[in-house]
Amino acid sequence: MFIPFIYKLRQYGVPVGTQEAIALARAMAMGLHDSSLDGFYYTARALLVHNEGHLDAFDQAFLSEYRGIEGKHVQLKQELLDWLKDAKLRIQDLSAEEKALVESLDLDELKKLFEERMNEQKERHDRGNKWVGTAGTSQFGRAGKEGEGVRVGGAGGNRSAVQVADARKYRPYRSDLTLDVRQMEMALRRLRMFHREGAEEELDLEGTIDATAKNVGELEVVTQPPSRPNTRVILMMDVGGSMDPYVEIMSRLFSATKKASHWKELRTYYFHNCVYGRVYKTERFDDPVWVQDLMHECGRHYKLIIVGDALMAPYELMRQGGAISLNDDNALPGIAWLMQLQQHFKSSVWLNTEPPAYWDGNTIAAVRQVFEMFPLTLEGLTQSMQHLNRGKASTRKS
Amino acid sequence: MQSPTRFKGTASYLTNEALETAVDCALALQKPLLVRGEPGTGKTLLAEAVTEALDTELITWHVKSTTRAQEGLYTYDTVQRLYDSRFGDGDVKNIRHYIKLGPLGRAFSSEKRVVLLIDEVDKADIEFPNDLLHELDRMRFRIVETNEDVVAKQRPVVIITSNAEKELPDAFLRRCVFHFIDFPEKDLMTRIVDVHHPKLDSALVEQAMDAFYKIRNMQRLRKRPSTSELVDWIHMLKTMGVKDVKLDKNLPFLGTLLKKEQDLVAYADQLSGGARWRS
Repeated sequence: MFIPFIYKLRQYGVPVGTQEAIALARAMAMGLHDSSLDGFYYTARALLVHNEGHLDAFDQAFLSEYRGIEGKHVQLKQELLDWLKDAKLRIQDLSAEEKALVESLDLDELKKLFEERMNEQKERHDRGNKWVGTAGTSQFGRAGKEGEGVRVGGAGGNRSAVQVADARKYRPYRSDLTLDVRQMEMALRRLRMFHREGAEEELDLEGTIDATAKNVGELEVVTQPPSRPNTRVILMMDVGGSMDPYVEIMSRLFSATKKASHWKELRTYYFHNCVYGRVYKTERFDDPVWVQDLMHECGRHYKLIIVGDALMAPYELMRQGGAISLNDDNALPGIAWLMQLQQHFKSSVWLNTEPPAYWDGNTIAAVRQVFEMFPLTLEGLTQSMQHLNRGKASTRKS
Repeated sequence: MQSPTRFKGTASYLTNEALETAVDCALALQKPLLVRGEPGTGKTLLAEAVTEALDTELITWHVKSTTRAQEGLYTYDTVQRLYDSRFGDGDVKNIRHYIKLGPLGRAFSSEKRVVLLIDEVDKADIEFPNDLLHELDRMRFRIVETNEDVVAKQRPVVIITSNAEKELPDAFLRRCVFHFIDFPEKDLMTRIVDVHHPKLDSALVEQAMDAFYKIRNMQRLRKRPSTSELVDWIHMLKTMGVKDVKLDKNLPFLGTLLKKEQDLVAYADQLSGGARWRS
């Protein structure tokens, strides 16, 4: 039965539950799987997987559960015999070596040898010299150096379920591996709020009924502006120095935020290591903007996203005059500026490019006292957006 | 239990076993079929093929970014009714005159089993699919204004397409049969091209396919060309009487395959064997 397979899937991280199991049972009761492993593979895949990100895990679970019972032996033996028959017929086409091989092995012996190897062998095998597999120099396998070799499986046409699963071609779709622009955009899209603003284009039904009633039944149409997204975002990015390894991911995040059309306004600023009095409009630190002015200009309803590794020498964060660039205002320590920003905006997050494992025992810990911090991964980004939507949920830890 | 119908594609729509099984499951279990895949791999055409195979009618609901779930069920034309009451036109007393069924409503009230295509469900708001859960599950909804239930006479075959780019809500996904349309491999692609352009010089097709897959495998393409682009391109080659295709700077009608300026730059760059630069 397939119940152990369901648990195997869960073990591999494919979220399946009772609902899926029942659906699969119904499908099998109707005979949709044609009583074959191949049919079962496709039926199970259609019903149990809901996201191409899980296809790879499904393939792996399927392999680990069903490898070895596929009855491949029989099929392979047949192919082997066919090949040998074929080889004997066109023996004049073969090289001397191959000829010797065909003649040296008696059919039954070859069969026995093959079966032994198949049983000995537990996994798919490529590029070896003994096991059955591909690209090797053993007599068994395909695409090997042994002339045409004994082509085992993998012939054109339909591939068996185990082969399909084994190819693992859905690996690029796994969601826990990459974080590309599109995925970031999707995560950023969670940050949105609607507000009625602009030209009055929509019919306000309640208002119309009210007004009409007040007007003694004479129709009085009331309109209202359509509901529009009303999220304003300030993005501050740490550039240069320790951030250099993250240039790629930062540029992806940047293009994702630029494309986020659901925001009413997006302001991007740059800083180096920590914010001291000024942030810059360009990556080359031209066009400075005083943080005080920025806070004056942008109300508390702006959402602040700071991206950086928050790693620096302790004095850069804690001491007056700690800024490493001489132009910066040095009267206040960096941490004080960060606290001002955090206090000004109703909701703010810090996205950290460093993995959470390194968040202790350095300046990150200090910055975390100020800002709610999330790792710059798809999950972290999604969580941070939820956090921004909620705003300051509770009073900050003191 | 009657033996379930089997979908085998149509003369012009080629399938593989995985897709056929997914369609069979959706038909037999009466669950919506969610089809995802790259743009241009024939997600929408699948609904037409299923319609043709079942010999029934197709009702299409094109989802846009402003579409709300309610529009699929029915809309109540309040303004019309208000105006009618003001100027004494029409039968204002009968509210039914002002209720118009949406695609979902029409599919439910149809006498025969129709195919309902909800196209590009990911275009709409994140919450959109969730708003349809109950209706798709129970195949019924209530018109609040008249207090009437619209119940599906025949459960329609629901096919939902989505580009492989947006996460759909889990609760919604769990109710669907899922199929991810792979990019066709070379032999299936040859058959697909053959269906669209029969009697084409096989040497040309071979060359074109070769160039096509090479372009597809290039690095740094923003939008990789897919099936529909290939079919269009071969159509262009055929109409213009091109006999010979070589992958170089003067590849004929490159614009049919690559549609973004950056992609054309990347193409030229990699063709000249230039070193990969960081974008």
